[in-house]
Amino acid sequence: MEDTLYIKSYASIENGKISVDGKTVFESSVANVSDFLKESVRHFGIQYPKFFKMDNLSKLAFLGSELVLKDNPNPETALLFANSSSSLDTDVTYQESIADKGNYFPSPAVFVYTLPNICLGEISIRHQLKTENSFFIFGAFNPDFFIGYAENLIETGKAANVLCGWTELFKDDYKAFVYLVSSEGKKAHTKQNIESLYTN
Amino acid sequence: MEALKQELKEKIIAVLNLEDVQPSDISNTDALFGDGLGLDSIDALELIVLLDKDYGIKLTDPKEGKNIFQSIDTMAAYVEANRTK
Repeated sequence: MEDTLYIKSYASIENGKISVDGKTVFESSVANVSDFLKESVRHFGIQYPKFFKMDNLSKLAFLGSELVLKDNPNPETALLFANSSSSLDTDVTYQESIADKGNYFPSPAVFVYTLPNICLGEISIRHQLKTENSFFIFGAFNPDFFIGYAENLIETGKAANVLCGWTELFKDDYKAFVYLVSSEGKKAHTKQNIESLYTN
Repeated sequence: MEALKQELKEKIIAVLNLEDVQPSDISNTDALFGDGLGLDSIDALELIVLLDKDYGIKLTDPKEGKNIFQSIDTMAAYVEANRTK
């Protein structure tokens, strides 16, 4: 079954550089992750006001998925994402906002992002997906898990494509690797290929 | 009252992260929700926090927000009449 599935498209966002299908499409020297992500979304001409309301993890996942799905729309696309820091970046922000009991005004807009899978909701809303979606926490990128889960979703008919994503973010350290598993494509859906694309 | 309306516009833009929106883009009678600024339910909760934090107004019934947050005009009138700070 492995030979019949492919990595149809992929995108990486890391160290101020964005690449799609191996080609660098944007670079910036902006160190602050929030500013970098805003700059990026403007560079690509993405008109979506809600982007600016998202936390940084959702912005990162949104941008990565946008770059892959814009040329591969399919309402039967499932979402399979993971990272190692969960929503810690926003958890810390939220905790700091409620630390002072004398100035206790919890922000609903921050609180809603204190779960990592919220980014999948943002992607689903954007692309009108009503499909399976799951977000897992691992110590490190785990291609074996992604391969097994994605292939199962397709083999059992739960999805035509699976958008897989490793979206790690804490403070200004971030890395997103998003790829689309499909029955179409040129690059075989193998551990070797996934690891190669992840590290390059 | 005009100063308060301007202040509310600036606070709303900042608190709700309305990127690329300027205070001058919001008319006093524009609907804040729905077709107007397109705010959502989380934004409504954030506005309730704004009233509490900056003006000392506690809304005990979130349904009150529907009338209060119709526009900058209605919001300013409510703040003016109920503010404690």
